Amino acid sequence: MKCQQCEKPATFHITELTGSAPQELHFCEGCAKTYLLQNDGSEPGDSSEIVKVLGGQVKLGKAAEELAKLDQRACPKCGMTFYEFRNQGRLGCPHDYSFFERELVPLIMNIHGEAKHVGKRPRGEAPDIDAQTELIRLRKELDEAVKKEKYERASQLRDEIRLIQQRPLAAAGDKSAADLPPQSSAPNEGETGSSAED
Amino acid sequence: MISIKLDELATRCGEWLRGQGPQSEIVISSRIRLARNLASFPFIRRCSDSDRVAIDKTFREAIGSVPAWKDLAYYNVAELPQIDRQFLVERQLISRELCEAQGARSVFLDAQETYSLMINEEDHLRMQVMHSGLDLESAWDQISQMDDWLADRVSFAFHNRLGYLTACPTNVGTGMRVSVMLHLPALVITQQIEKVFRSLAKMGLAVRGLYGEGSQAMGDFYQISNQITLGRSEEDLIKQVAEVIPVIIDYENQSRAFLIKESRKDLHDRVSRAFGILCTAQTISSEETLHLLSSVRMGIYLGLIKDLEIPTINKLFIHTQPAHLQKLRGVPLETADRNVERAIYLQDHLRRRDNGGAMGQN
Ligand SMILES: [Zn+2]
Ligand SMILES: [Zn+2]
Repeated sequence: MKCQQCEKPATFHITELTGSAPQELHFCEGCAKTYLLQNDGSEPGDSSEIVKVLGGQVKLGKAAEELAKLDQRACPKCGMTFYEFRNQGRLGCPHDYSFFERELVPLIMNIHGEAKHVGKRPRGEAPDIDAQTELIRLRKELDEAVKKEKYERASQLRDEIRLIQQRPLAAAGDKSAADLPPQSSAPNEGETGSSAED
Repeated sequence: MISIKLDELATRCGEWLRGQGPQSEIVISSRIRLARNLASFPFIRRCSDSDRVAIDKTFREAIGSVPAWKDLAYYNVAELPQIDRQFLVERQLISRELCEAQGARSVFLDAQETYSLMINEEDHLRMQVMHSGLDLESAWDQISQMDDWLADRVSFAFHNRLGYLTACPTNVGTGMRVSVMLHLPALVITQQIEKVFRSLAKMGLAVRGLYGEGSQAMGDFYQISNQITLGRSEEDLIKQVAEVIPVIIDYENQSRAFLIKESRKDLHDRVSRAFGILCTAQTISSEETLHLLSSVRMGIYLGLIKDLEIPTINKLFIHTQPAHLQKLRGVPLETADRNVERAIYLQDHLRRRDNGGAMGQN
């Protein structure tokens, strides 16, 4: 028997059990590895399925012009465009879930049948996620500044990054608080290591 | 942080193969995995090399500052030789994805091998807890505690409506995958297994065979897990998987009883031949080994083979895998040589029990 991907003899015979009916697959060693890598044993749901669903969903009820416009929308933090997402099925950064939320919710409904998380939340005060994802943008800009040898801008960006990183974890929206020394109510970086949970 | 020599690990068995948890004749292990990402970095596929290094460092510092984790072993997976990475995959301590990926990536393991923390897998962090037998509740308590310790130290990407954010939307929400691994040889022999799969699929549960070099699942081991991760609490998702397991165990037991009743001789013959080949073969592939060990494992449970225990067979399933065999022998081996070494290893561990000593070896 030949490998179903190439001309070599098939030495790996895999029964795929994720679909509604088991499916027999025959591969040579090389192609089997590639296949298994794309379909890691513990992970149901793969990106090609998402790409399909998303493709259908987006095209449905959207004029070509409208779609072209949507495709060009890019996440302000990581630069991922909607076009890239619907072709790869993987998101670029955590902010994409907010930035593309309107387009994502139908896809998420399709996968999970729900679009609202009801499980566990990080304990303690919620960290300022927006400031955290801002680090993605700043690092990206820093990379570009260094590449273009704009060292003054790079040094500015490094300072901005450091400022955000030095904020205590639980700092809420109030940005001015970041400049003040940590208050006793907010956990100090040095103390977090010895908290009393165990 | 300490680093256990992997060669030393090879001689041991790992908690999840202890074969002692609840329902452990049929349920091999219970595993819960949580996917988490740092809010301050792109998802892995969009990371630069320096991002990956920084993520690794962030987690190393956070993990290193948890008092309960001061004895964890740390492995820089990117620098491990291929055989060592393969070895960790065979032990289910790292995923195939982490094994084969490029760039900075690592794993933390506890000495009992009940949990691992993978850094720079498909998500920035994948934690897993693995217990022997059917034991999801305590696995959840343990992993939730691990999650809390880390949430005190780093900012996880969390969205008010969508929950924990993951690189792939199939994992968003709880980021949790609950899996129970079952040994179902009688359902395979009686060809009932597909029926079971179809009904599980209708319930929104995923079933996968553990892959081997064969057309059936490796050694008749199947993994059942939740398909969705959003819109239900972790407890609900765990309950959904946990509730179905006794039903499957019941099916498997009914099938075993049916085989004993209707074709006891055939079954006894099948089990005895399997045992005979494993004890006497001079060269044997890992595919054939898995297939035969599966029959022997069932035979022990049904009382058709005496003086042999299920944990011994569990250990052989792992120790006869290619990377384990090479680790145990201490030399790299080509396939043909491995097949010879595998046969010798099986003889040593299955036959030596006749003259006493060998059972207590580990
Ligand atoms: Zn091929
Ligand atoms: Zn983004």
